[in-house]
Amino acid sequence: MLQTLSAAPLPPVSVAAETMLSVRDLHAAYGQSEVLHGIDLDVAPGEIVAVMGRNGMGKTTLMKTLMGVVPTKSGTITVDGTDVTAMKSHARVAKGLAYVPQGRMIFSTMTVQENIETGLTVTGARKVPQDLYTMFPVLLEMKGRRGGNLSGGQQQQLAIARALASNPKALLLDEPTEGIQPSIIREMGRTLKRIRDERGLSIVVSEQVLSFAMDVADRVLVIENGAIVHEARREDVDEAQVARFLSV
Amino acid sequence: MFGDYSIGDLSSIFVMQGFAGLILFSVYVLMALGLAIIFGQMGVINMAHGEFMILGAYVTYLCSSFFQSHLPSLFPIYFFVAMGLAFLASGAMGMLVEWGLIRHLYKRPLDTLLATWGLSLILQQAYRSIFGPREVGVELPSWMMGSVQVTDTIEVQINGLFVMGVTIVITLGVAALIFYSRFGQQIRAVMSNRTMAGAVGIDTERVDRLTFGLGCGIAGIAGSAFTMIGSTGPTSGQLYIVDTFLIVVFGGAASLLGTIASAFSISQTQSTLEFFLSGSMAKVLTLLAVVAILMLRPQGLFTLKVRR
Repeated sequence: MLQTLSAAPLPPVSVAAETMLSVRDLHAAYGQSEVLHGIDLDVAPGEIVAVMGRNGMGKTTLMKTLMGVVPTKSGTITVDGTDVTAMKSHARVAKGLAYVPQGRMIFSTMTVQENIETGLTVTGARKVPQDLYTMFPVLLEMKGRRGGNLSGGQQQQLAIARALASNPKALLLDEPTEGIQPSIIREMGRTLKRIRDERGLSIVVSEQVLSFAMDVADRVLVIENGAIVHEARREDVDEAQVARFLSV
Repeated sequence: MFGDYSIGDLSSIFVMQGFAGLILFSVYVLMALGLAIIFGQMGVINMAHGEFMILGAYVTYLCSSFFQSHLPSLFPIYFFVAMGLAFLASGAMGMLVEWGLIRHLYKRPLDTLLATWGLSLILQQAYRSIFGPREVGVELPSWMMGSVQVTDTIEVQINGLFVMGVTIVITLGVAALIFYSRFGQQIRAVMSNRTMAGAVGIDTERVDRLTFGLGCGIAGIAGSAFTMIGSTGPTSGQLYIVDTFLIVVFGGAASLLGTIASAFSISQTQSTLEFFLSGSMAKVLTLLAVVAILMLRPQGLFTLKVRR
């Protein structure tokens, strides 16, 4: 009894030793054509990792494979110590993954509040937590509107709120800046860091915009032809070199 | 065709045929509700829907004979029991079919058409083997027979009013389930975007199975109501499936209100015209009107205005 009591409040050991999301030798394919050729990725709790790369290099496929939308061919995906590789999407959400897809994919015929509530499915909660509305006040204003009638930036906030409603341990964002005006992109960078600071969750964000990645990420990876070809901590990033990877 | 009747006669005829059309309307609404939910949810066109309805009708028939021979004292209320059992039987069979057949075909929507059509043939033969080829009728309790005399020339059947009431309750119940419950929210999320629904944590397979069961269960209740306007035979369901498709398309897919409005207009037109013309002429005129309206409004009567 004494032992468990004293063991419980132990602070997390050094960040590098722990991983919230761990990916080993991940291969994924659409039918016969393999798109990811062995991805390895470790994300620590509270770390923001940006995955950069040009169109068609496998960013979105990586996100979809992590989420179970595209089937895994081989390799393992571990969330907070649980192997989720064989699980369907909804079971992965229950284990702590959350997903903001490219194009946001709001349930357009449902109201803003209902959209957020769908995210509560795995938690069993019935009411939208107040802190989500505190973080995105515009959603409270619009909670009775249909999701499809929101602007792009508002839909992006809604998609993030919906993902956070499931109380995730790791949040996956696929090109969140796509089709969003620059002033809102800056605000979104602040929001992501705030989410990380308040909730201590890990964030993987795929990006094409280098300035945004440099703003939010602790670590930057570059993916090319389905493999990770470059990796650097933010302070060590050689922007010119990464920009070369991104240029068409 | 109206020439031989006085104005007073005509209005009485319209009112009475209108009420006679109510049972037909109820059967249509309940059938179309189930069909629309299943089609909207998983894009499956259930050709066997009529057979699920007939299953409900047979359950009602079995209940009626069971109560008559074993529990005559409870006979007056057997219809409520029968409707409940019809819902459960058709719903359970729907979930079984979804599990055994439909879920393997979600990626091949055209094949579900064939598969459910084959299923309808199998079920028809099963009914023929179990209940015999002859049509069976249901004995109604005495309080449901007869009619209410409203004026000298207008009288309204009691069972029509009863079925109408049941339909209203069920329709409101389904609407409440879909728009106000958690489960309904999940149904709508899956309808809107299946992949994304899974990625926010909704177990889409479970939702599919329950939705299919719900749709078929409602068809079972429609079967209960059907026993009041027709006798139940192995192939009776086939007569209704085409009309029901028509109603779903005419009302605008995925619109509850549209389904009801279109069931009402089609069944009332049909019923009123049948008094003046032969049954097939009435059908021809109804279909022509529907075709004309759908050419002007291909999206159906009601649609939701939203950016997709």
